Amino acid sequence: MSDNAVPALGRREFTRWFWRQLTSMRTALMLLLLLAIAAVPGSLYPQRGVDARAVETYFLDHPKLAPVLDNLGMFAVYSTPWFSAVYLLLMVSLVGCILPRSFVYLKAVRARPPKAPRNFSRLPASTSFETDRSPDEVVAAARQALGRARTDVVDRAGDDGEVVREVSAERGFLREAGNLLFHVSIVVVLIGVAVGTLFGYRGSVIVTDEGGQFTNLLPQYDEFSSGTLFTSSDLPPFSLTLDKVTARFQRFGSPQAGAPREFRAQGTYSSTRGGADKPFDITVNHPLSIGSTSVYLLGQGYAPVFKITDAQGDVVFDDAVPFLPADATYTSNGIIKVSEARPEQLGFQGFFLPTAVTRGGQELSTSAHPAAANPLVGLNVWHGDLGLDDGRSQSVFILDKSKMTQYKDGDKNVRISLQPGMTADLPGGGTIQFTELRQFARFQIGSAPLVKVPLFGIVAGLIGLMVSLSVKPRRTWIRTRRDGSRTVVDVAVLDRVPRDDLPADLDDFLERFKDALGETEEKA
Amino acid sequence: MSPETLKTLAQASNYAVASATGVLALAFVAYVAQWGFARKLAPERELVNAGSVEGGSGADDPAERSNMAGGIGLSLTTLATLVLLVGVATRGLAAQRVPWGNMYEFGCAATLAALIAYLVLVRVWEIEWVGPIITGFGTVVLGASAMVYVPAGPLVPALHSYWLVIHVLGAMISGSAFLVGAAASVLYLVKSRAERTTPEDERRGFLWRIPSSAKIDQVAYRVHAFAFPIWTFAALIAGPIWAQYAWGRYWGWDPKEVWAFITWVVYAGYLHARATAGWKGKAAAILALIGFATFVFNFVGVNLWVGGMHSYAK
Ligand code: HEM
Repeated sequence: MSDNAVPALGRREFTRWFWRQLTSMRTALMLLLLLAIAAVPGSLYPQRGVDARAVETYFLDHPKLAPVLDNLGMFAVYSTPWFSAVYLLLMVSLVGCILPRSFVYLKAVRARPPKAPRNFSRLPASTSFETDRSPDEVVAAARQALGRARTDVVDRAGDDGEVVREVSAERGFLREAGNLLFHVSIVVVLIGVAVGTLFGYRGSVIVTDEGGQFTNLLPQYDEFSSGTLFTSSDLPPFSLTLDKVTARFQRFGSPQAGAPREFRAQGTYSSTRGGADKPFDITVNHPLSIGSTSVYLLGQGYAPVFKITDAQGDVVFDDAVPFLPADATYTSNGIIKVSEARPEQLGFQGFFLPTAVTRGGQELSTSAHPAAANPLVGLNVWHGDLGLDDGRSQSVFILDKSKMTQYKDGDKNVRISLQPGMTADLPGGGTIQFTELRQFARFQIGSAPLVKVPLFGIVAGLIGLMVSLSVKPRRTWIRTRRDGSRTVVDVAVLDRVPRDDLPADLDDFLERFKDALGETEEKA
Repeated sequence: MSPETLKTLAQASNYAVASATGVLALAFVAYVAQWGFARKLAPERELVNAGSVEGGSGADDPAERSNMAGGIGLSLTTLATLVLLVGVATRGLAAQRVPWGNMYEFGCAATLAALIAYLVLVRVWEIEWVGPIITGFGTVVLGASAMVYVPAGPLVPALHSYWLVIHVLGAMISGSAFLVGAAASVLYLVKSRAERTTPEDERRGFLWRIPSSAKIDQVAYRVHAFAFPIWTFAALIAGPIWAQYAWGRYWGWDPKEVWAFITWVVYAGYLHARATAGWKGKAAAILALIGFATFVFNFVGVNLWVGGMHSYAK
């Protein structure tokens, strides 16, 4: 940095200047808005941690743009350095402003109410009246009307040597306490969330029933995201076997037909490798907890089992294929990749209908109900290169067709329709059989340490917020002096936070004051 | 309940919502007429005197006509609110759950909440003057909701939770207050500008019969100060708790959450701005409007546009 760029600022001054800027309220506000703005791209582009499949689709759809965006961190906005930087600066800024304010507050709580200003008419709301009562009575009445406010009474000499008695009162200290509590809680929440994301992990996996297995190891996840300080050896060892998925829906014929009634996944798990099997029974909102890790049932669907032979007559595929539900009737989409098929690899893309109904002659079937009353699979077929060899990991739910050709019959795409038990011939030779129908469960597995910290933090913050928004910090001054046989009373009020309803509040106060004086309705 | 009863209820709900939309549109027209009739009128203080002279000059008097239109507007708003209440209630009965499970229902229920908030505040703080904005906005929301209509039916499984009731109710209550706050902020901007630029003797029209900009600002602040804690609760407490139960994570930065957070931040900015010299007044009012825009975007933009670009991880 050249000398004339920062003219008169030495390093100490610069540091101090920088610190003051950073901890000013305006900077904090800017950082806060910046945090919100920085969060926007993450809501517009798919995020790896939220929906890795969508990111992959985006890469296929925008092959040129996606890598550029990726370099900017657009697919993992919330763990980019720039997002973390804003987050950290905000935290520092908050701490830097809360600490000094807390000291100021502690002092203010112990301090006496400030002395009355000389000129009441300069204050936003003031008035005066006269009364027959003595100054002592006025002061007693004032104390009563001021309620719980902290008050001081001082006598001093007036301009003409007479005794002027002044009451100074201050109330509403809780406002600043609430305000501080609120801002401290934000720091607590920020820290809690940061710890949770840095050390936490979350992934999802699809397991088919009738014996599908899952072991808590990284390669077993379909989607996985974790904090920077998480290492895969932190994954607690456990494994589970899924025996049965139950999905019950409201029966056909009622207006609520298809309404989900129950989702349930049952099986066994062991929480140590090779440990004893214990049964589990997971429903929506009732996860299985294994140590700090929870297993949630996020969704379920159908997994038809296919047996495929290639043109050479070899069985090249025999497995359950999860079809992901796309709507409330469980019309589902799925992909089969047959990398073993010879002479060329095969790819199938199609749909599954649990209760297929055909509307009118040639029309496509649709699903009428989510239960599997009349299951039907429709598949289109591609042949060529599945693109599995270039090393990039590929989702099992996306078929990369860039090196594949679709089988056609004339100019119509070949479509294979199958019901359980049925077999069809493949256009390039070989067969496909829909052997049986299973179900799958989609589990989300994850752990976020210290979940309770942000919760308590935000609840405390809400309480602080409500206190700070509802308490009025108010200073009231009353000055009395004898004027002949009368007592002149001047009253002024000041809010630490400017409000517009001060005059009305002053009227209210006067009413209470005069009540306490025993002077109801004396015209001033 | 028998299937026939449910069907009848669903039908009744549709009729009620449609009628409420019509009545609310008429209320809007009446409110606009209230402003229109008062086009040439001098500020309120003359009205106070005129009011004490019983009878006045009858319906030909623009002040009378304006007042009458305003009265009709308020009555029609009340009627629309009652009819909409029937519509929302029957919808809930027909679907056998809380009537805010999808966009259409949320539009209807939130409009109902906003109308109730308006009517309550009319009694408490005499804020009839935001009537045109509230009824106009409400009509648009109901009309737009009709475009995303779906028949009464079941919920997606993730919505099966009493947190749906709490979370969405909180969002609707704070949203209603945000709407009133936004309406007051618009009028604040208009009025404070007019107060600066219009000479005393050119002050004609309804704008001069509504409270001073300082008073409007105070209303705006109060509704925001009421709404902000509720929004904090709905979006940053109830939402995450529910997400933790349903999806196993309390905060996942999905678009809905991001935009709820943005709304929260902007309104926090508003509250700060109110207490900061140089920011209070115009800048604060503009922040309030931005806040409301982000709130609306979360329910329109994120549902229809962002949500369509990439799915939620459900
Ligand atoms: C360095 C950071 C911050 C500083 C210096 C700061 C300062 C302040 C101050 C001085 C007030 C009191 C205004 C008054 O007296 O009315 C206040 C109020 C408030 N602050 Fe902050 N703030 C900071 C960060 C934040 C953040 C991150 C939020 C998060 C949303 C926030 C939310 C609020 C809210 C909602 C109020 C309103 C309470 C009221 O009106 O009293 N502040 N802040």
